[in-house]
Amino acid sequence: MLLTATLSLLLMQQAPSENVDWDAEFGVEEVERDPATGEIPVEPYEQNNENAGAKPFTGDDMAETFGGRDGIRQIAERFVEINFADPRIQGIFAGHDEVRLRRTIFEQFCYILNAGCDYTGRDMKSSHEGLGSRKADLNAIVENLQQAMREQDVPFAAQNRFLSKLAPMSRDVINR
Amino acid sequence: MTPVFNHFATCLMVAPLALLPMSLCAQEVLSDTQSIDQAGTFPEYNAKLLLTNAVSAVDGASGGGISNWATIAGRQETRGVGVQAHVTAVLLPDFFYQSHGVALGIADRIELSYARQNFDTQDVGAALGIGQGYMLNQDVFGAKVRLFGDVVYGNTMVPQVAVGAQYKRSLDGAVASAVGAAHDEGVDVTLSATKLLLSHSVLVNTTARLTKANQNGLLGFGSVSDDSYAIQFEGAVAYQFSRRFVLGTEFRTKPDNLGLGEGDWFDVFAAYAPSDNLTVTAAYADLGSIATFTGQRGAFLQAQVAF
Repeated sequence: MLLTATLSLLLMQQAPSENVDWDAEFGVEEVERDPATGEIPVEPYEQNNENAGAKPFTGDDMAETFGGRDGIRQIAERFVEINFADPRIQGIFAGHDEVRLRRTIFEQFCYILNAGCDYTGRDMKSSHEGLGSRKADLNAIVENLQQAMREQDVPFAAQNRFLSKLAPMSRDVINR
Repeated sequence: MTPVFNHFATCLMVAPLALLPMSLCAQEVLSDTQSIDQAGTFPEYNAKLLLTNAVSAVDGASGGGISNWATIAGRQETRGVGVQAHVTAVLLPDFFYQSHGVALGIADRIELSYARQNFDTQDVGAALGIGQGYMLNQDVFGAKVRLFGDVVYGNTMVPQVAVGAQYKRSLDGAVASAVGAAHDEGVDVTLSATKLLLSHSVLVNTTARLTKANQNGLLGFGSVSDDSYAIQFEGAVAYQFSRRFVLGTEFRTKPDNLGLGEGDWFDVFAAYAPSDNLTVTAAYADLGSIATFTGQRGAFLQAQVAF
């Protein structure tokens, strides 16, 4: 009964004409990337190292273990790359500015590992608001970070020490 | 089919009210089916971090080998129902212990477990006059609720805390009453706190257990002279060498209601996850004196599958 009704309704439909500019129709604006940075401009916000969501380590040990700024950059970029490619969490990352995320994640890691960076990104709460992340998604992201750190030969105990700074952020990151 | 049906039903109800053209509804039905097809290709995966569902304790709950933890069984998180099953063997000088069971973990909140314990008395059975190789059997039905906190995430100082109850039913009531036990069934109540201290790669668990059980219930509950609940403690400390490998030690105090010299339990264990769904555990366990036969130390072996 319902199937027949559905089918007849489907058949009653007119196909939309071929040459409709749907972006214009729905008022979608083209986003221009900043020619210098390659990033999509964001609404202004107050920049502060406290936005990184964790107090940095003291001393140089952790920064050295992570291969200095170069090592941290490789880990951060690989981490972002795996996240965008991971089918488990693709839906959360889709539509995000990967260029900007590479930079802010690097700054955050570099700042927390005390490798001499300032974090200029947004705070954890506002940057994760409305993403609909669940604990399972956070677990997937942790696994991806573990993979990125493993590929840079960061010892497991040091990986965990770094994760101990990130784990309490779950309060701001998990939405549901 | 169900989501399409639901959507169509909603359209049927809403469309006349909102004066929506029915064809628009039909279009949405079509786009819904498309998105469902995409959702169908969404890969199933293990939602929990490796080893955070822990192993299966002797009484079937998620925990260490001999102690109950605040962890929830199965590899699913807040939106899933996980399941794990285990087989355990403990080889002791005078006894052979075997158990198997299943546990459900619902939405990382509730755990329901069942375990069957089989305790082969071997030569001791003959010595005690209950028969050579007499088997003591017990069913354990458990329920655990995570009250608050998270093993891995959140405030470093706030552990995952869970309260549990275990209904144990000895299938050898005659033996239990012969050794002086007051009952052949009983309920244990547990309160557990577990936290992985990431900065040190160390997991810590403490559990308080209210119990009357004699040798975990295999020799009944309470005694004619002492039929009151006693509070017992279970502790575990484990070091995480990698995502897949953990070394730890456990301690569990036990009452001695029957006056048979029942002692505390102790073990040193290694747990390894060769795949996301399999955990093998090997331990050296010291189960003290059992039915007056002292020095019961031996190998604890467990295989667990979890989804």
